[in-house]
Amino acid sequence: MEQIQCGDTAFILVSAALVLLMTPGLGLFYGGMVRSKNVLGTIMQSLIMISVVSLEWVYLGYSMSFGPDISGFVGDLSFVGLKGVGAAPNPDYAPTIPHMVFMIYQCMFAVITPALMTGTFAERMRFAPFLVFSVLWAVLVYNPICHWVWGAGGWLKAKGVLDFAGGLVVHLSSGAGALAAALVIGKRKGYGKEGFMPHNLPMTLLGTALLWFGWFGFNGGSALAADGIAGVAFTNTHLAGMAGMAMWVLVEWFHRGYPTTLGAASGAIAGLATVTPAAGFVGPNSAILIGLIAGVGCYAAVSSKTKIGLDDSLDVVGIHGLGGVLGTLCLGLFASKAVNPGGADGLFAGNSSFFMTQLFGVGVVLVYAFVVTFILLKLVDAVSRLRLNVEDEVQGLDLSQHSETAYN
Amino acid sequence: MRKIEAVIKPFKLDDVKNALDSIGIKGMTVSEVKGYGRQKGHKEVYRGAEYVVDFLPKVKIEVVVEESMAESVLDAIREAANTGKIGDGKIFVLPVEDVIRVRTGERGKEAI
Repeated sequence: MEQIQCGDTAFILVSAALVLLMTPGLGLFYGGMVRSKNVLGTIMQSLIMISVVSLEWVYLGYSMSFGPDISGFVGDLSFVGLKGVGAAPNPDYAPTIPHMVFMIYQCMFAVITPALMTGTFAERMRFAPFLVFSVLWAVLVYNPICHWVWGAGGWLKAKGVLDFAGGLVVHLSSGAGALAAALVIGKRKGYGKEGFMPHNLPMTLLGTALLWFGWFGFNGGSALAADGIAGVAFTNTHLAGMAGMAMWVLVEWFHRGYPTTLGAASGAIAGLATVTPAAGFVGPNSAILIGLIAGVGCYAAVSSKTKIGLDDSLDVVGIHGLGGVLGTLCLGLFASKAVNPGGADGLFAGNSSFFMTQLFGVGVVLVYAFVVTFILLKLVDAVSRLRLNVEDEVQGLDLSQHSETAYN
Repeated sequence: MRKIEAVIKPFKLDDVKNALDSIGIKGMTVSEVKGYGRQKGHKEVYRGAEYVVDFLPKVKIEVVVEESMAESVLDAIREAANTGKIGDGKIFVLPVEDVIRVRTGERGKEAI
């Protein structure tokens, strides 16, 4: 039996708690950006994923994602109900911490990923079909992609695709899914005619703070040990977040004349999301560059969505989707074995084939997540209409779906 | 008797109140309202997208006075609320049939 290290175990347990905090934090981040009649419904769409996906994770998801491999595509059902997942480490993944600690840490990633997607169809989806869709999405989109990229024997992993903490598995999968969802569910009533302005930006900023804080566990913990790589990932996370924030604010200041708080929050999240796949594989100067690229790239994507008429309401595609793509490709450029001997050398270290490998990974995840999400939503919609009727949409999610109002 | 309704810029409320005070006006009703005229709305920017907000916050002052006082009230408001820029507001003058003081039942100008 491998030797359990108590420092590693403590670090990953704390990291798991940090990542959990990101899901309600995301609820606040999104909740502040919608109109006041939809704030509870929006927070609920994130919050309830803690129950729905954690259950799915215990009885199916963990085994599909990290169970013994079936031809590179998916894990088998050996770990269903957490059978055999206990105090002994699983040397395939993390030889110095209990298998159960690895499992619960990964659970938190599975929880937040479908929650990220909810921003795209904010203010207009019925709650029951939303729950059904989210479970099916976790099973058919998240679990397979997670296995391909991170599972022992996963086919993208075998090809050499790297994703430190979820640029492909979390951000691109939810971003590509969000693109499909925005297309299937359509624009909000009044889109293009009324302004859908954020009702409580301080709430969004509180959410940003919780997300940034949690991201240290998300990226730092993905080293799966309390070691130097964790330190690199932790540092890079912070550096990319701050660079993304600075860049977004600067660009909008020049472009629109004002430095906005929502811009600062959005830039920070863009930088954090973009550095995620690269966090433990690149040096700190590269992380700052990645943050700067995220700040300008995601700003451009978000400001051009109205031109193509896509109601990606809270910018899941423009921030997480594009962030996942940019981060995964930047890893192909900036990766350095000098930083992490377990990683790879990127294009700037003279290894162009690794960049092509990353590009291939992006293409596969983008197409798979987009196509399967699209089909799933069409199927769920055929059984139980996804969209609120007009009266309920005007009344808002809070009253029509949950019989509550946020502010009295 | 006349009712004078003035819709003005919110930051001018104190000036207008002081001006009315100084010509002996003893009471008024004030409400926060929204509206637009020639000034139109204003712009807000969220994530690089500009939104035009049609309705701007304004303050509405309502004063009821004897007919003989009406012109001096109008002058006082106009002078105090004027910035010379578009959006300073409007003043409406309406005839008033009767006024009743709830406590005593006095009517007409005694009740103003």
